Amino acid sequence: MAAEKRVWFQSRWLPWVLMAPQLAIIGVFFFWPAGQALLQSLQQQDAFGTSTEWVGLDNFRRLFADATYLASFKTTAVFSLLVATLGISVSLLLAVFADRIIKGALAYKTLLIWPYAVAPAVAGVLWLFMFAPSIGVVSYGLRKMGVDWNHLLNSQQAMTLIVMAAVWKQISYNFLFFLAGLQSIPKSLIEAAAIDGAGPWRRFWTIVFPLLSPTTFFLLVINIVYAFFDTFGIIDSATEGGPGKDTAILVYKVYYDGFKALDLGGSAAQSVVLMVIVVALTVVQFRFVEKRVNY
Amino acid sequence: MKIKLGLLAAAAAVVVSLPAHAQVEIQWWHSMGGALGEWVNDLAKDFNAKQKDYKVVTTFKGSYPESMTAAIAAFRAGNAPHILQVFEVGTATMMASKGAVKPVAEVMKASGLKFDPNAYISAVSGYYTAPNGQMMSLPFNSSTTVFYYNKDAFKAAGIDAEKAPATWPEVALAAAKLKAAGHKCPFTTSWQSWTQLESFSAWHNVEFATKRNGFGGLDTRLAFNTPLHVRHIENLANMAKQGLFVYKGRNNTPDATFPSGECAMYTGSSGLYGSVKANAKFAYGIAPLPYYPDVTGAPQNTVIGGASLWVMSGRKAEEYKGVAAFFNYLSSPEVQAASHQRTGYLPITMASFKVTEDSGFYKKNPGTDVAVTQMVRKVTDKSRGIRLGNFVQIRTIIDEEMEQIWAGKKSPKEGLDAAVQRGNEQLERFEKANKG
Amino acid sequence: MVERRPWLTFISHTVLLIGVAIVAFPVYLTFVASTDSAQEIVQAPMPLLPGSRMVQNYLAVLTGSEHGPGARAAVASMMTVSLVSALVISLGKIVISLLSAFAIVYFRFPLRMFCFWAIFITLMLPVEVRIFPTYQVVSDLHLLNSYAGLTIPLIASATATFLFRQFFMTVPDELVEAARVDGAGPMRFFKDVLVPLSGTSIAALFVIQFIYGWNQYLWPLLVTTDESMYPVVIGIKRMISGGDAAQQWNLVMATAMLAMVPPAMVVMLMQKWFIKGLVDSEK
Repeated sequence: MAAEKRVWFQSRWLPWVLMAPQLAIIGVFFFWPAGQALLQSLQQQDAFGTSTEWVGLDNFRRLFADATYLASFKTTAVFSLLVATLGISVSLLLAVFADRIIKGALAYKTLLIWPYAVAPAVAGVLWLFMFAPSIGVVSYGLRKMGVDWNHLLNSQQAMTLIVMAAVWKQISYNFLFFLAGLQSIPKSLIEAAAIDGAGPWRRFWTIVFPLLSPTTFFLLVINIVYAFFDTFGIIDSATEGGPGKDTAILVYKVYYDGFKALDLGGSAAQSVVLMVIVVALTVVQFRFVEKRVNY
Repeated sequence: MKIKLGLLAAAAAVVVSLPAHAQVEIQWWHSMGGALGEWVNDLAKDFNAKQKDYKVVTTFKGSYPESMTAAIAAFRAGNAPHILQVFEVGTATMMASKGAVKPVAEVMKASGLKFDPNAYISAVSGYYTAPNGQMMSLPFNSSTTVFYYNKDAFKAAGIDAEKAPATWPEVALAAAKLKAAGHKCPFTTSWQSWTQLESFSAWHNVEFATKRNGFGGLDTRLAFNTPLHVRHIENLANMAKQGLFVYKGRNNTPDATFPSGECAMYTGSSGLYGSVKANAKFAYGIAPLPYYPDVTGAPQNTVIGGASLWVMSGRKAEEYKGVAAFFNYLSSPEVQAASHQRTGYLPITMASFKVTEDSGFYKKNPGTDVAVTQMVRKVTDKSRGIRLGNFVQIRTIIDEEMEQIWAGKKSPKEGLDAAVQRGNEQLERFEKANKG
Repeated sequence: MVERRPWLTFISHTVLLIGVAIVAFPVYLTFVASTDSAQEIVQAPMPLLPGSRMVQNYLAVLTGSEHGPGARAAVASMMTVSLVSALVISLGKIVISLLSAFAIVYFRFPLRMFCFWAIFITLMLPVEVRIFPTYQVVSDLHLLNSYAGLTIPLIASATATFLFRQFFMTVPDELVEAARVDGAGPMRFFKDVLVPLSGTSIAALFVIQFIYGWNQYLWPLLVTTDESMYPVVIGIKRMISGGDAAQQWNLVMATAMLAMVPPAMVVMLMQKWFIKGLVDSEK
C-alpha cells in the first residue's frame, strides 16, 4: 500500500495486542472454515458428506468448459460497473445537496437512510410488487407511458431491474458515509475559498471533492466488493438469473450451486476463481487509484 | 421408628412424583410458513396431547433449500433432527446420501407398529418408494397439477363456462376467443417444468426420462424431446407468439395472476385452491389437466409435487419408536382427512379419501376432488413419479431453455434438445458421484 | 452553506425530493400494503394510497387476535433477540475495528500489511459458501442457541477496519507529535484524541452495523433450533408461507413496518450525533 504515515508509535507488543481480538475471531470463524470450504473445490461430495472423493482440478476444468460460465464474466463486469458508478454518483449528488440545506435536513436524511433498514427478505417481495410485468405498480405506470415492461423475457430490462435493485440499497449506504465525510470538512476552508470568489461549482471540485477522496476511495472499493459478492440475494428474488442465464452473475452461480443445487465442489471452485478476481481488482485499486487520494 | 417411617414416606413421595420415564423429544424441522405453519404446529400439539411418551417439537427452518442446508450442516456436526421435510426434487439427493437417512419402512418395521404400504394412494407414495417397494419417506404435503379457469371471463367471451376445455386444442380455441374478446392474458402456467413436461408426460403415459423416469437406475437420461413433447411446446410457443399464452415467470411467481383475474386459464398446483377461494372475485372452475386426445393412454395420472418427511439417522432406537408412532398418527384416516380438507393438499391414503367423500366435503367445495381423482388410478411404470439426481439444477435448466423459447430466441426443438443435453450432463455427474 | 443562493437551494430541494421519492418509494409501498386487506393488495395493480385497515392489521400482528398466519409470532420476543444481537454486533465491531485500524495505521510491525489484507479478504467469501464448516465450528464450541453463537462469528468487520483506517490516515501528524511532546503514550493518544475525533465515523458505522445485525436471517436460522431465539426477520419470513397457501401480505407488511421502527430510531438518533460529535471542525 502506498499511503503511509510519517509519524508512528514504537512498540514491539502493543500492535499485536490491539489486533488480537479481530485476528482471533477471523481466525476461528473465517479462515478455519473458509479453508475447509475451499478444500472442497478439489473434492466431489454428496450433500451430506457421507462419501467424499478427491478429484483434483476436475471441478475447475468443468467450470471453464461451460460456455454459460464464461458468458457470466461479461455479465458480471457490466453489472458491477453499473452498480458501482451509479451507486456512488447518485448518492454523492444527494449527499452534497443534503449537506447544503438547513430546512428539512433531518427529514431528508432520515428518509434517505431508512430504506437501508428494509430487510432483504422483504425487499425482494417489494420489488415483485413494483415490477411484476402486469400487476406491478411501476410496470403499470411504465405501460401507461408506452414502455412494454417484461423483464421475464427481455434481457436488457432484467439487467436494468437488478441494477436498480442493487443500487437502491447502496444509495442509502453510500449517502450515509458521504454525509459523514462531508461533515468533517472544515468550514473555514470553504469560507476562505468563498471569500476568494470561488463559486459553489469551483469550491466543490477544488476543495470538497479532494477532501472527500478518502471516503470516495473507501466507497469505491466497498461498492465493487458489494457488487461482486453481496448481490446474489437480490438477483435471486428479482430474476433468479433469468431470462435464460442473462442476469446470472458469477456470485449468483456460486450461491445457486452451493446452496440450492448442493454442488459443494463446484461452488467452492467458483469461489476460488471469484476471490482471485476481486483480490486482483482490489490490489489494482489500492496501487493505482489510491495514489490520487488526499490524506 | 418415627424417623424411619418419615424417611420412608418421604422417599416414597419422591419416587411417586417422578415421571415413569422421561418424555422423549422428537425434533421435526419443516418449511411451512403462514397458515401451513399453524397446521404443522396443530398436528404436533394434537399428537402430544394424545399420549405422554413422546413430544414432537416443530421448528420452522426457512424455505426448502434453507432447511435442507440447515439439516445438512446439523448432520455434519452431529446434531441432525429426527424428521426433516424435504421437497420432492430433493428425493434422489436424500436417497443417495447413504447413511444419512433411515427408510420409513425400516423405522416402522422396527417399531412393531402395523404398517401397510398398500393403504397409501400409489400415485402419491410411489414417488417416495424405492424400486423394491420399500417406502423411503412419508408423503406429507402433496399437491398435483390441475387446470383453473375463469368462468366469468369465459361467459364474457362467449364460451360455455360449464364445460372446461379438456384437450389442448380446446384450450387454444378458448384462448383465441378470449383474446378476441379483449382479454390480455388468456392462458398462463406456473412451474413450467412440472406442469408442461413432467406431469404432461405422466398424463400421457410417456417417459420424462429413461429407465422409468429414473426409478430403474442411475444411468437414466432425459427424454422430453420426443416428437410429442416438441409438438406440445411448439403449440405453446405459437400461442405465445399470438399473445394467447403469456409467460409470467418461474416457479410459483405467476400464482397471483389467476385469483386477481389477470389470466383466464391457469395450469398450476392444486394447493393454489385456498388462495383462489379467498381472493377470486369471479366464478371459477377447476378441471383436470388438458391432454392430447390422439395419444393412446392419455389421460393416465399426474405427477405430484410438494414434500415428504424423511427420517435422519444417528439417533437412539427409542426415539425412532416415537417417530413411528407419530407417522402412524399422521397416516390415520381422520387426521389425513382433516389435513386434506384444511390445506387442500392431497390425502395420502384411500381411507382418508373415502372419509372426505362420505362427509360431503367435495360437494360443498366443488373442484377440490379433481386433484384427487387424477391420482386415484393405477399407475404405470412411466407415471409413478420421477427420481432424478441433481433435479434442482435440471429444473432450472428447463426454465432457462423454455424462457429462450418463449422469447423467440430458440425454436422449441432447439430449446428442448439443449435442455436435454445440459440436463444429461447433470445426470452423468450424479451417476459418477454415486456409483460406489 | 456559505452564501445565499436561492436558486441553488431550490435545486437542492428538488433533487432531494426526487431522490426521496425514488429511494423511499418501496418503504412507502410497505406502509400502504400494511393498511390494506390481503385481497386488495393482490388485485392488480396495488393501491397507492393508504387503506382503511391500519389499526386492525397492526393490532392483529401485535396481539395475535386475528386467526391466521403470523398471529402467533411472538413479535416482542423476536424484537428483543434482534435488538440484543444488533447492539452486541455493532458495538463489538466498532470496538474491535478501532483497535485494529489504530494498530495498522500508527505502528510498524512485521506482517502489518499481511494482517490488513487478511482482514480485508473476509469480505470476499459469502457466508453461504462456508456455512457448513462455520456451523461445525460453532457447534463444536457449544455456542448453538446462544447469543454468543448468534453474534461472535459476525463481529469481525473488514468494512469498519477499512473505514477507520481511511479516517485515521486523514488525521494530521501534528496531533501525534503534540501528544508525544505532552508525554502521552499511544493508548492515551488513542483514547483522548483519536476516538473523540472519530465520532462521525463511529456514528455512521453504528447505523450500518446495527441494521446489519438487525436484519440477520440465514445465520440465526441455522444456529438456533429454539424458536424463542429467532430474530424478527425469521418471523417475517415465516409468515410468508412456503407452498401455495394464501398469503396474508397485509400482515407480513405490517410486521415488516414494525421491524423497521428500531432501525429508523437509530438512524434519527445517530444524526444528532453527527452534528454534535464534531469536537472541532478546525483540525
